[in-house]
Amino acid sequence: MTMETKKLKKVDIIFENIPGLSYSILEKTIKRNPDDIILDLIDSGLKGRGGAGFPTGLKWKFTKNEDNPVKYVICNADEGEPGTFKDREIIERVPDKILTGIAICGYVIGAKEGYIYLRGEYNFLLKNLVKRVEEFNAFLKKIHLDFKVMIRSGSGAYVCGEESALFESMEGYRGEPRNKPPYPTVAGYNWKPTVINNVETLVFATMICHMGPEKFKKLGTTDSRGSKVFSVSGDTPIPGIYELELGMPLHRFVEEFGDGDTKAVQIGGASGFCVTRKKFNDTIIGFEGIPTGGSMMIFNSSRSMYNILHDYLEFFCEESCGQCTPCRIGCQQLLKGIEAVKRGERPPSYLEELKKLTATMKIASKCGLGQSVGNPFNSIVDNFREEIIY
Amino acid sequence: MSKYMVNLKINNMPVSVEEGTTILEAARQLNFKIPTLCNHPDLTVAGNCRVCVVEVKGARQLSAACATPVSEGMEVFTNSEQVRTSRKHIIELLLSEHNSDCTKCQKNGSCELQSLAFEYRVGDHVLMSLLKPEDLIPDISSPSIVKDNSKCIHCQRCVRTCAELQGVSALGVAFKGNHQSISTFLNKPLNEVVCTNCGQCINRCPTGALTERNNIEDVWNALYDPNKFVVVQTAPAVRIALGEELGLEPGHRVTGKMVASLRKIGFNKVLDTDFSADLTIMEEGFELLNRLRKVLVEKDETVKLPMMTSCSPGWIKFIEHIFPNLNDHLSTCKSPQQMFGAVAKTYYADKVNVKAQDMVVVSIMPCTAKKFECDRPEMRSSGFKDVDYVLTTRELGLMIRQAGIDFASLEPEGYDSILGESTGAAVIFGATGGVMEAALRTAYEVVTGREVPFTNLDIKPVRGMEGVKEASIKIKNVKPEFAHLEGVELNVAVAHGLANARKVMESVQNGTSNYHFIEIMACPGGCLGGGGQPIPTSKEIRDKRAEAIYEEDLNMPIRKSHENPDVVAIYEEFLGEPNGHKSHDLLHTHYKVRNRY
Repeated sequence: MTMETKKLKKVDIIFENIPGLSYSILEKTIKRNPDDIILDLIDSGLKGRGGAGFPTGLKWKFTKNEDNPVKYVICNADEGEPGTFKDREIIERVPDKILTGIAICGYVIGAKEGYIYLRGEYNFLLKNLVKRVEEFNAFLKKIHLDFKVMIRSGSGAYVCGEESALFESMEGYRGEPRNKPPYPTVAGYNWKPTVINNVETLVFATMICHMGPEKFKKLGTTDSRGSKVFSVSGDTPIPGIYELELGMPLHRFVEEFGDGDTKAVQIGGASGFCVTRKKFNDTIIGFEGIPTGGSMMIFNSSRSMYNILHDYLEFFCEESCGQCTPCRIGCQQLLKGIEAVKRGERPPSYLEELKKLTATMKIASKCGLGQSVGNPFNSIVDNFREEIIY
Repeated sequence: MSKYMVNLKINNMPVSVEEGTTILEAARQLNFKIPTLCNHPDLTVAGNCRVCVVEVKGARQLSAACATPVSEGMEVFTNSEQVRTSRKHIIELLLSEHNSDCTKCQKNGSCELQSLAFEYRVGDHVLMSLLKPEDLIPDISSPSIVKDNSKCIHCQRCVRTCAELQGVSALGVAFKGNHQSISTFLNKPLNEVVCTNCGQCINRCPTGALTERNNIEDVWNALYDPNKFVVVQTAPAVRIALGEELGLEPGHRVTGKMVASLRKIGFNKVLDTDFSADLTIMEEGFELLNRLRKVLVEKDETVKLPMMTSCSPGWIKFIEHIFPNLNDHLSTCKSPQQMFGAVAKTYYADKVNVKAQDMVVVSIMPCTAKKFECDRPEMRSSGFKDVDYVLTTRELGLMIRQAGIDFASLEPEGYDSILGESTGAAVIFGATGGVMEAALRTAYEVVTGREVPFTNLDIKPVRGMEGVKEASIKIKNVKPEFAHLEGVELNVAVAHGLANARKVMESVQNGTSNYHFIEIMACPGGCLGGGGQPIPTSKEIRDKRAEAIYEEDLNMPIRKSHENPDVVAIYEEFLGEPNGHKSHDLLHTHYKVRNRY
C-alpha cells in the first residue's frame, strides 16, 4: 500500500467571512429535501472534527430516522483538550456559520431546539455570542423556520466535553458520562434523540451545503476528507490557528511550524499521541494515521518529556470524573508510578506493569477519558524511556 | 406488551432472553456468575465499578455486563484472558485506595471486595498505596452510622440508596477525579446533616465504609457489672431475620432460639418489645379516636388529621427535617422501644424490686435509627435514659457467635413474664402495614364491639410491598359513645421507604389526600428491611421475611393488642386508661424542627 504523500496546504473554508453568507446558505438549504442534504454530507466524507471522527452524515441520518417528536441539536463548544483553542477562534470570528449549521441540522433531523454548550472558561465570548444568537433567532422567525438556538454554560470540567457527560451537565446533574448504549442519536439530551457535533464540524456542514460535497472531497485523502483547523502551540515561532488540508505527513508540518530543533510533536492534545523525530516521516495526520481534534504541541530538545507526561497525568487525575475505577484510580497509579520510578522507589520494569494497566484502562473505562490516558503514556514512555527513568 | 426474545451466546453457549435483559442477567440464566460491586438489585444501574466487564465479540472496548442490554447474535465471553486481566486489575486498583485492615473491620467475612480479592487471589502489594491520611479518621459523629472513607470504593450504592429509596440524599458525590468522594452537605459530619440514620446505606454498602455504631462492648460491660440488672427487649422483626446472621436461609422464625441464646448470654430478663407494641396500639388507637372526635364533633382546629404513626425513628427524623410543618400530624406516642424503656424503669422496676438506676435496658432492634432515638433528650421519662443500649440484629448475631453459642442446636425457650407477652398484632409491626393492621384490629373493635370485617383478621389491603397502599373501612353500627363515627369511611394509607413517605407527605401538604390515618416506616418493607437487619437484602429476601412475620401472627393464640394480658394488667395496675395522665408522662413525646440539609 502506498501512502498518499501530501504537501502542506493552507485552506480557507472555515474563516472565510462574507457578510450575510450564512443566512443565505440557510435560506437556500432549508428549501432542499433533508435526505438530499444527508446524502451530500455522507458523500463529502465529513467526519467529526472533535477528534473521534464519526461520519457526520450518518449521525444526522440516525437521528433523523428516530421516531420521536422531540429531538435536539447540540453544538459541543466545551473545547477543553489541552492545546486546543480553535473553537474559541471560530466562535469569535464566524459565529453565524455555527448557528447556520445548527439550524440546518435541526431542519434535517426534525428538531426545534438547538443548544451551544459553551466551555465555562469561554464566558468572555458570551456577550457577543448572545447578541448573534438573538439576531439569528429573529432571522429564523422571519423565514418561518420553527427552530431556536440557546446557550448553556459549562463550569469548567474537562469531562463535560464527553457527550453524555455534557448532557448530564446540561440537565443539571454532575457531569458524569453515561453507560452506552444508548447512544445520543437514540437518547441524548433529556434522553431524546440528539445530534451533538463539534463547533468546527457544524461550520463544515454549513460550508458543504454552500459549496457542495465535490469541492470538499477534493481536499484530503480517502479516509480523511477535507481540511481541518489546527491549534499550533509549543516550541514554534508561529503559534496560532491554521486551517490545513488533512492527510499531510508530519514532517511537512514540522518543517513549516517547527523551530528547527523539534524533538517531538504531541498530536491531539493531552489525550493524544506523542510522535518522536524518527517517526515524523511516516506519520500521517488524519484518520488513517493519527487523528486530532486540532491540537498540535511542538516540543524541542529543551523539554523534559518526563515533565510533560507528569503534567498530563496530573491533569487527568484532576479531570477524571471519578466515577469509574479504571480511570479514577488508574490515572493516580500512573502518576504515582512514574514518580516512584523516577525516585528509584520502583524498578524501571515497573513501567511495564503500568503499561499493562493502561491496556485495562483503555478497554474497561466507562468513557473516552479513561480509555485514552494510555495514548500519551505509552507513546511517551516507549519513545523516551530514558527520560522517564533517569 | 409482549417482549421480543433475543438470541445470543455466552461463552459459546446459546441462550434466549427477553429484549432489554442485561448481559449480567442473561449470564445468570446460564449459571455464569459475573462479579459485581456497584450493582444492587434494589437500585438503578450505575456501571461505574467496572468489575463486571465482559468481552463482546466485535466491540473495541469491554462492556459492563450490568449496564449493557443484550442484542441479537451477540457473542459474549465472561472469562477471556482480557476480561480476567482487566478484572484483576480493577480489584487491585480498588485495593490500592482501600484500607485493608480486614481483621478488625466490622465487615470482615461479609465484605464483597474482600471476597472478590480472595476469589481472584489479588492483594494490595503491587500498586502504590493511594490511601489518604485524612480518610483514615472515620466519621463517628452519628450515634447510628459510622462512615469510614478509607474503606469506600466509590460504587455509589449508598448515594443511590439515599436518593432513590429514601429521597433524602444525605450522601452525595463531591468533587472529581482524585478528590472525588462520597460526602455530605459541605462535608459536615453525619449527625449535623439530613441523614435519618435509617441505615439503608449500610445494608447496601459492599465494604466496611458504612457500618452501624457498634455497642456490643457496652452491653458486655453492663452484663459483667454485678450491680446491674440487665433486661433485654427484642423487636418483632428481629426474630424472623436473626437466623440469616447465623447461617439460616431467609424466612426462618427463630423466636425461641433467640430467647434461649439471650438467656445464655446472661441477660437477667428476656422481654419482648411486642408487649410495648401492643401498648402502642392502645395509646395510638385511642389517640386516633380522640383526634377524630375533636375534629369531627368539637371542630377543634388545633387538632390535626391525618394522624401519622411515630414508631419509626428514621421517619421521625425525616419529617423533622423535611416537613416540620407537619409535625403536629405525628402521633405523640413514643415508639414501642421507648415505651418499653419508660415502663421498664418505672412499673417493671417496682415489680422486680430493682432500682431504676441499677437497671440497664438493652434493645435488640432491626434498626440503626433506634440508636439515635434512645439518645434523644425526650427519652428520659423514668428520670434516667429509658433505653441504655441498642444492638442491631447483626450485632446480636455477632454477640451470639462471640459467646460461642451453637444457635442451630438450641432448644426454643419462652420470654420471661411480665412484659414478655406478645400478640399477633404486635408481631406484624415488623412488616409494612402491620401497625395499621394492628391498630385497625383494635380500634374497630373498640368502636363497634365487633371484630374487623376481614377473614381471619387479615387486613390484606394494607399488606404487601406496594410502595404506597390505601384502604378504606366503613364504620357501621357503632357503640353509643362513638355515635359521631357512624357511617364514617375511615381512609388510611401505608407507605414504606422514605421516598414513598415523601410522596404521601406532599399529598398531605397540598391537601389532595383524604386520609385519616397514615402509617409510615422509613425502611423498604418496614422494619423487616431495617438498616440493622442482616446483609444482603433484596426484594426476594424481604418477601420471605414478611411471609415469616405473617406466619408468626397466624400462629399466635392472641392476635389483638387489647387482649394482651400484660397490657390489660398494666392499665389496671399502673396506667389507668389509654392517653391518661400517667401515659402522657411516660409514653408520649414531642418533636422538633430540624435543618433542611
